[in-house]
Amino acid sequence: MIATRQELQSLREACMRAAKAESRKILVCAGTGCVSGGSLDIYAALKQKMEAKGIPCEVELAMDPHEDVVGLKKSGCHGFCEMGPLVRIEPQGWLYTKVSLADVDEIVERTMAKGEIVERLAYRQNGKIYEKQEEIPFYQKQTRKVLEHCGHIDADSIYEYISIGGYEAFEKALFDMSSDEIITQISDSGLRGRGGGGFPTGRKWTQVARQKATPKYVVCNGDEGDPGAFMDRSIMEGDPHRMIEGMMIAGVAVGAEDGYIYVRAEYPMAVARLSNAIAQAKKLGLLGENILGSGFNFNIHINQGAGAFVCGEGSALTASIEGKRGMPRVKPPRTVEHGLFDKPTVLNNVETFANVPTIIKAGAEEYRKIGTETSPGTKAFALTGNIVNTGLIEVPMGTTLREVIFDIGGGMRGGADFKAVQIGGPSGGCLTSAELDLPLDFDSLKKVGAMIGSGGLVVMDSHTCMVEVARFFMNFTQNESCGKCVPCREGTRRMLEILERIVAGKGREGDIDLLLELADTITNTALCGLGKTAAGPVVSTIKYFRDEYEAHIREKRCPAGACAKLRRIHIDPALCKGCSKCSRICPVGAISGTLKQPFVIDPEKCIKCGACIGTCPFHAIKED
Amino acid sequence: MNTQELYQKTDAILARCGTEERSMIAVLQAVQEEYAYLPREVFPYLSQKMGLSEAHIYGVATFYENFSLEPKGKYVIKVCDGTACHVRKSIPILEKLRSELGLAEGRKTTDDQMFTVETVSCLGACGLAPALTVNGKVHPSMTPDKAVELIETLRREEA
Repeated sequence: MIATRQELQSLREACMRAAKAESRKILVCAGTGCVSGGSLDIYAALKQKMEAKGIPCEVELAMDPHEDVVGLKKSGCHGFCEMGPLVRIEPQGWLYTKVSLADVDEIVERTMAKGEIVERLAYRQNGKIYEKQEEIPFYQKQTRKVLEHCGHIDADSIYEYISIGGYEAFEKALFDMSSDEIITQISDSGLRGRGGGGFPTGRKWTQVARQKATPKYVVCNGDEGDPGAFMDRSIMEGDPHRMIEGMMIAGVAVGAEDGYIYVRAEYPMAVARLSNAIAQAKKLGLLGENILGSGFNFNIHINQGAGAFVCGEGSALTASIEGKRGMPRVKPPRTVEHGLFDKPTVLNNVETFANVPTIIKAGAEEYRKIGTETSPGTKAFALTGNIVNTGLIEVPMGTTLREVIFDIGGGMRGGADFKAVQIGGPSGGCLTSAELDLPLDFDSLKKVGAMIGSGGLVVMDSHTCMVEVARFFMNFTQNESCGKCVPCREGTRRMLEILERIVAGKGREGDIDLLLELADTITNTALCGLGKTAAGPVVSTIKYFRDEYEAHIREKRCPAGACAKLRRIHIDPALCKGCSKCSRICPVGAISGTLKQPFVIDPEKCIKCGACIGTCPFHAIKED
Repeated sequence: MNTQELYQKTDAILARCGTEERSMIAVLQAVQEEYAYLPREVFPYLSQKMGLSEAHIYGVATFYENFSLEPKGKYVIKVCDGTACHVRKSIPILEKLRSELGLAEGRKTTDDQMFTVETVSCLGACGLAPALTVNGKVHPSMTPDKAVELIETLRREEA
């Protein structure tokens, strides 16, 4: 328990000394991706093997530094999920990719005992071997600020966070700055909400600080529901204290004593790491009553979502924390005046809070050196879809889509052509090759009818049907519509029906105009952000790919060859060798035949999923 | 349904989570954790203990996707159909699982109460697409074949 500022400072020094003494480290990635690849077993095996070999290793940061100890850590997500499980070796900065249990012996015997690199585990691209993590093209083009510690520290240890300067910004805000000074720094930094809207964070805090009503609340939106987005999950799992520190600074700035983190139920590991982080902070006295003897009280509570996308909307989120149905209400009054429990509330997203400690520590001016004039700082993006390097990346605002997709993402998977990228999830829009050189920032994207949203980038190649993509998002939004307001409840259903009939080859002349008319009405009259942006994917796909809609409606043809009901798949008997591979992969048992004889597809049973096409070694399965 | 046991467990949950309205979702989640669904008998009991109408509690329970009023199988398989998984072909995996287990869109649980197959809009494991979870454990880079293997492994473990 630390009770004064001086005690925190001496603890920090002790932590720094301890971290320094751990000259060698093995960091095993324990993000969701690598854990599902078996990284925890690798961690256990490394520990066992090192102990058996007599190499002293410490799991916890040892407070009484002694020489030659190897730190064995479970780190947060490195973002390079495609290459997991990942193991990082320090001080060399080597990154071992696709590590398996079978590699453990070699890692201990060569790397740990002799300091040699296990070259076959290093990342390779175009025949070149990259030993160091920072040299890999995927990382080289990134600017990791918010994610700087993800993958480099033990996410479950508050001491490690303190050892890299954690809670220094909070200390500064608490003792050296007035509430106004904190808010001025945040305003001057130009930080804008990373959850999608891009509202200036400083303005939000000013409005809450100005309210007379008490108590006030700080709420963190960790309900990252956009399909294709996992930036916030990685921050909550990989560097939970950073976000908590941001919330504490917000508490000091606006005079709140309670913070709530709303995390979606699909992120159990994030809940576990946050709970642990809060418990550690409480135990140390960084959360609780009279923090560091300053008279400031602050507590943080975790609320788990229960599977409702609309709860990412501010007023729905606060309703859900209150134990109600998570339905948005009419605004104004805004959350800053009447938020959680009807009190003034600062509601920011995970990534926004994670930016706060940096701004307070380095100052607004320093923060503005990265990014663009109107969108300073960096942005984390989840890069997914038909791309070589999927994963979590962070780049300065204003980086072009081309750099993100081709330099960092490594280009298209499987050699197909780039077609479009969906940005901003079900509320966003798509961008095509014409926008590849568009800078990614709040205002540039708004101009072309898209939005940063939370930061999901789903890359699509020429085999993706844009009408089907629009249908997919409309289906999602329709499912998640809470049903409170008519435009969203009824409008999204009608739009979905139209899209469903178009992809089924039953589209009618005039359907495109009808879609646009409905889109216009919903956008202008829906109650909340979910409804107002629901038509985004439809409008933007019509804008860029109207010809695809027309081909579906008039010619009953899917130019991308993706729409199942418009496909006709058959096996070319001249090429089929009768290996039966296709009949085994067929999910509905539509393919039959005798071994070594040509197989046939029963068109009645076939759901045209196309699974067989990719599996045939002889390219005998074709589409008309 | 052993109501006595249900009431006892619910009492313990209420003692832990609180009986104010704000605890509602946490309470329902804890009950579901015990039973893997929300038994209908819990609603009148909660109504009495929390001082809210049954209709109100039912309204909250049915609003959120994660609450189930039907018992689920021992293994709950959630096939992710988020954008990233969708473009990397998650639907054939779902179709294959359903045909393997004799399930369909409106029939999510096998008669022997062993398997439940549902979709989830995004697990946030997009880097591992297409993904599915079995009782919360993520299985990455799935194919229809791997999904069948998974079912067979689980069946062998049960046998």
